[in-house]
Amino acid sequence: MEALVATAVGVMTAAGIFLILRRRTFPVILGLSLITYAVNVFLFATGRLALNAPAVLNKYEDVPYTDPLPQALVLTAIVISFGMTAVIVMISLSAYLSSKDDHIDMTAQDCVDAPGEDA
Amino acid sequence: MNHWIVAPIVLPAILAPFIIMVLRYHLDLQRIFSVAGVVALLGIALTITAQAAGGDIQVYELGDWPAPFGIVMVLDRLSAMMVLLTALLALPIVLYAIATGWDNRGKHFHALFHFQLMGVCGAFLTGDAFNLFVFFEVLLIASYGLMTHGGGAVRLKAGVQYVAYNLLGSTLFLFALGTLYGVTGTLNMADIAVRVAELPPEDTALLRVGAVLLLLVFCIKAAVLPLHFWLPASYANAPLPVAALFAIMTKVGAYSILRMYTLAFGPEVEATQGLVGDWLQPAALLTLAVGAIGILGSQHIARMVAFCAIASMGTLLIAISLFTPEATAAALYYVFHSTLATALLFLVADLVMERRSGAITPKPPMPQGGLISALFFVGAIAMAGMPPLSGFVGKLLVLDAARDAPNANAAWAVILIGSFITIIGLARAGSLIFWKSHDVQFLSEGDPEDREVAPAPEPQPGLAFTAVFGVVAGLIALTLFAGPALEYTSKTAEQLFTPEHYISAVLGGEE
Repeated sequence: MEALVATAVGVMTAAGIFLILRRRTFPVILGLSLITYAVNVFLFATGRLALNAPAVLNKYEDVPYTDPLPQALVLTAIVISFGMTAVIVMISLSAYLSSKDDHIDMTAQDCVDAPGEDA
Repeated sequence: MNHWIVAPIVLPAILAPFIIMVLRYHLDLQRIFSVAGVVALLGIALTITAQAAGGDIQVYELGDWPAPFGIVMVLDRLSAMMVLLTALLALPIVLYAIATGWDNRGKHFHALFHFQLMGVCGAFLTGDAFNLFVFFEVLLIASYGLMTHGGGAVRLKAGVQYVAYNLLGSTLFLFALGTLYGVTGTLNMADIAVRVAELPPEDTALLRVGAVLLLLVFCIKAAVLPLHFWLPASYANAPLPVAALFAIMTKVGAYSILRMYTLAFGPEVEATQGLVGDWLQPAALLTLAVGAIGILGSQHIARMVAFCAIASMGTLLIAISLFTPEATAAALYYVFHSTLATALLFLVADLVMERRSGAITPKPPMPQGGLISALFFVGAIAMAGMPPLSGFVGKLLVLDAARDAPNANAAWAVILIGSFITIIGLARAGSLIFWKSHDVQFLSEGDPEDREVAPAPEPQPGLAFTAVFGVVAGLIALTLFAGPALEYTSKTAEQLFTPEHYISAVLGGEE
């Protein structure tokens, strides 16, 4: 199972990085989402992997349990990354609608004369 | 428990939703509450700084859960001083944004402003690594809104880059925290420090990976080369008063480096020895060099100031990367100076861009040009580190602290040559923007369309200038009271380099 989880994290991260290096916003956002999935699985695994074990201590008998803290961390991370993905989708959508262009890089002209003057 | 510690977080956390939900359609009330909130924050910051100045490290346990299990807020000299700096910076900026009507060019400026303050203060006060991540996200998500405030195609495009870069940084932060948790089994900073010191030397490979990942995240925040690419486009395209506030955001990165790498992965910790200082210093030298060259090469005043921010981060991190008490004291003095100087230049750049284009080319004289050029002159002197302002004192302290360091020659050469290039770059920009416009030849030969004097912007209230002069006053005060300030930062550095006090204050009973 360790090998499976490790491969999943590795493949998702690699695919995410590949997509982030694309030039248009849509693949970049997909890549960011893939990387956040990878990090969520990774965080889950930091408490060590345990099968069929509850995340609570049982004080009546000695049964295996799994570390609850990473699960709480993953929950926080999922919520935050979900919100952030929504934000970047909205910002890139309005950037696309206002400039009719979904390239993520800025042109040299953007850097020279435009900043602020559209306000 | 001392409830003042959590006040800098609770106050904006209550005020911001209140502004959104109750005062949504009342700009005047928003302005009043926003300014009142910042003034109250300043009061709180002064109070906690006075409390921390005694040297006691105070701990606030959220929900009264004892330290390694619950989240703690920790007030020591460093965090108190950074909160004070945040409040001092926020006051003139909010006044300036109100005076120039920037807060009316989009929605929810004041609410986002206070969420940003909440994130920054939280990041300075927290004693828990995962909580640090959460406050980073709070300040980032507010900064996304502030950065794209006012809209416009180029600004939104720069905003997409900024958000994408920072999302990647946040993911990296999570990877780093996961690795650290996997090794140490804790996320409380003081507890991490204890566990790291106990780790057997053959088990440290994963810990070193985690420590370096964490350093990368903080370096992205602090815009250290080669991770600085997000900064020029974002800061130059953000509304400039917001960019002035963002001057504190790069310092959050520098603060985090200072906190984690003196407390948990300190210079004397065997597991991570030679990991940070050796890498950070060359990167900081390159940052300063690239920043200085960028200042010289910029075609636009906002971009030039963004490179000023990068250059000053370079100087700051050179001092931090030495990891000695003297250098850290100098760095902390320089933090104050560089934040104020960067903010001052951004506000001056905004004054310029309200009246003419920001391109560094001659244009006809602008209204109130004399006053603005004087302010630019003061800002440039401060930024370049010339006497008589605090930049000179700060750079002198950094140079003095670097004297006995292993590669002192490189540090001295880069700082001095970098300052020289900065002076040339700022002088070039200043003379092209402010002097060349009065040149007889230019006025008679230039394009006739170019010669029309731009109409003065909206009735320019004195408040905008008052705000800018407030920042200048801060710089002058920092120069005049350099002695007491340095005494405070020296004691802060002393406190940072005796992490035992921090650890025993947080973990209390176990020691």
